[in-house]
Amino acid sequence: MAENAGATGTIEKIEAEAVNSKEQRELYVARKKVFPKRAYGTFRSLKWWVMGITLGIYYLTPWLRWDRGEFAPDQAVLIDLANRRFYFFFIEIWPQEFYYVAGLLVMAGIGLFLVTSTVGRAWCGYACPQTVWVDLFLVVERYFEGDRNARIKLDNASWSREKIFKRVAKHAVWLFIAFSTGGAWIFYFADAPTLLVDFWTFDLPIVAYGTVAVLTFMTYTFGGFMREQVCTYMCPWPRIQAAMLDEDSLTVTYNNWRGEPRNRHAKRAIAAGDTVGDCVDCNACVAVCPMGIDIREGQQLECITCALCIDACDGVMQKLGREHGLISYATLRDYNENLALATGGTSNPADINPITMINIVDMASKKKAKMASVVPDVRVDKVAHTTLRSIARPRTMVYSAVLMSIAFAMLAVLVTRSRLDINVLHDRNPVFVKLSDGSIRNGYEIKVLNMIARPRKFGVKVEGLNGAEISFAGSNEKMGDSFTISVAPDQLQSTKIFLSVPKDQIDKAHSNFKFVVNEIDGEENSFYTAKFEAPRKDR
Amino acid sequence: MAEKKIDEISGVETTGHEWDGITELNNPLPRWWLYTMYLCILFSIGYVIYYPAIPLLTEATKGISGITTRGELMKELAAAKASRAGLIAKIEEASVEEIVGDTELKRFALSAGSSLFKVNCVQCHGSGAQGAPGFPNLNDDDWLWGGDLDAIYQTIAHGARYEQDDDTRTSEMPAFGKDELLDRNQIASIAEHVLKISDFEYDAEKEKEGAPLFAENCSACHGVDGKGNSEFGAPNLADALWLYAGNRQAIIAQVNAPKHGEMPAWNSRLGDVAVKQLAIYVHNLGGGQ
Repeated sequence: MAENAGATGTIEKIEAEAVNSKEQRELYVARKKVFPKRAYGTFRSLKWWVMGITLGIYYLTPWLRWDRGEFAPDQAVLIDLANRRFYFFFIEIWPQEFYYVAGLLVMAGIGLFLVTSTVGRAWCGYACPQTVWVDLFLVVERYFEGDRNARIKLDNASWSREKIFKRVAKHAVWLFIAFSTGGAWIFYFADAPTLLVDFWTFDLPIVAYGTVAVLTFMTYTFGGFMREQVCTYMCPWPRIQAAMLDEDSLTVTYNNWRGEPRNRHAKRAIAAGDTVGDCVDCNACVAVCPMGIDIREGQQLECITCALCIDACDGVMQKLGREHGLISYATLRDYNENLALATGGTSNPADINPITMINIVDMASKKKAKMASVVPDVRVDKVAHTTLRSIARPRTMVYSAVLMSIAFAMLAVLVTRSRLDINVLHDRNPVFVKLSDGSIRNGYEIKVLNMIARPRKFGVKVEGLNGAEISFAGSNEKMGDSFTISVAPDQLQSTKIFLSVPKDQIDKAHSNFKFVVNEIDGEENSFYTAKFEAPRKDR
Repeated sequence: MAEKKIDEISGVETTGHEWDGITELNNPLPRWWLYTMYLCILFSIGYVIYYPAIPLLTEATKGISGITTRGELMKELAAAKASRAGLIAKIEEASVEEIVGDTELKRFALSAGSSLFKVNCVQCHGSGAQGAPGFPNLNDDDWLWGGDLDAIYQTIAHGARYEQDDDTRTSEMPAFGKDELLDRNQIASIAEHVLKISDFEYDAEKEKEGAPLFAENCSACHGVDGKGNSEFGAPNLADALWLYAGNRQAIIAQVNAPKHGEMPAWNSRLGDVAVKQLAIYVHNLGGGQ
């Protein structure tokens, strides 16, 4: 018996309070700081990877180069607001092609449905900038001030030289990170290397410095001070996502059918003949939680499903010789099944007769088999385990299909899109002019768009308007029914032309015809249907 | 103040205000809100010192900055003027032809001419320069006083029949009927001839009478074939365009007692640069020769 007591005695019992859980958050009471403990495990490793990749994408993307020839910028991703162009590797988008961005937003929306309905709030827990940067800030905090207990101690300590040093160092590094974050943002909007030099020589417009200052301030306050409050109070995402979860979505779940009734003194309780679950109430899950909640209270809005409590609990279960997964990713369906199994069908948590899960292999090897509950529970075999099969179901299939079809449609449009366009504006005042020989003249502003980064020549021809003669402003010379223009690389060329039709060729007040534009030495062509206006015959 | 009242349920002091048994809690203001207000107060002190702020009886306090919105506008106008000075100086030097030959100058002159036109010319010539009876349409290719750049420049600069300007375009058609130079039948016959050369339906018998009368009385200015002469501002009577109207009645009225258009000289009002800009704009409307 004494030996058994020693076995659980190796587990540190942490005094941790779920300071951010709903019951603890009173109105008009200042926020209680959360001091998340460092976690170790599968999900922590995964989060390190995701953090590295997402930060890498953010900081490095503007520095990637992409050769587009001499007439276009060589920055791979560039939002050129001044020239109204968006460059993304081999794609160049003009303002009128902004529907691609709309399409991407639609895809992002459906992607949100898909991800949330399968793996729950994975975005919140792994990829959201707020999560990533808070994680990064916590690394710095831990480096200077130590882990949870040391930080709490430091926080409560009175000001000393040591405390001042640690705090100054931490905030200095935070500010540096915040500044780099705010600074990296502007590189997406202009040539990054040039911008970097100009930034330090103070040659940039005030708006650039303002942007950096605002984003630096926001990163610093959001990552350093506001942290879980951003998710709890400010972000609409949790509210929206909660509506998209169903009972087959993965959520971080405390399996109370296994853990309850929890007991800090399991051995003593067992000796006294009490029923005891797998949870030893060590509070490890609460201590690591960056949101300051207790997952054992069930699914809650504050939980971002970062899964660090799974890592913490698995570590404890490992030491205790129990199966992992007292806290696990599980679907509500599986959880309900198991709860029904453990309660004999009532599903009332008060009736739980825990299905404790001893790791037989581990127990045998470590010869700890003397534990009181070593007799395997017969219900263990009936326990439902959440597997990847929950991902494939009609709902996710439909989302995937919709997502893929939009993606393919957009790809098809992108691949076949024209890089030549023509727009025509008809003169409105006056709509037509009568000339001395009785012929009628209309004026048009012709805009030819060369959407490729090299100079091109085009022929513009009037089709379907008998007797039409082109002339240019400031000259009486008739140019026939076509003319050629050169358009600079990646530019729009606007030409004012007049079109006159002899009196005897005009038979109606409104005649439709086409301006056809053909690439010279190339294959692209386009057209615009325009109107030729003349006075009504009866006037 | 009377004794403090405490709300039983929340334990918070009330303001003492009560409506139908509902009391107002005297909760403290949110800290961030309070500090924001203090900041605003601090800011407003600086603002009042720096900017014109407090209205007095006749004027407001001036503030140490001396900024006024009118002053700011004047600065901006001066800056805009300074930015145009180089191009204006070039236009001053160059002839209208030289300006049209220079892409940058031409573009500048066209946009300046466009706004000058909208302010000074649209009252008679219309917002699209489309004209009205008695006021020429400037888009077409029919010009009373010539349609090349120099002629247009000359007309705008000195006006037409504008007495204050010695170089103004002047001509006057005799009032053949009113001054009894021709009788009613003769005028009617001339009108038939004019209808003929303009491709309208006409009375062949009267026209026979009118043709020699036209040659005798009208061809000196309007030409033998009636095609007009821009030297005298004599309109082309053989084309499809009419300054007043192209019908029998209007032609008879014009021969009987002619109306004459008038245009002020603009160089004395707007200056030479503006007239050049206007000339280039008008020439570019489509009818310029």
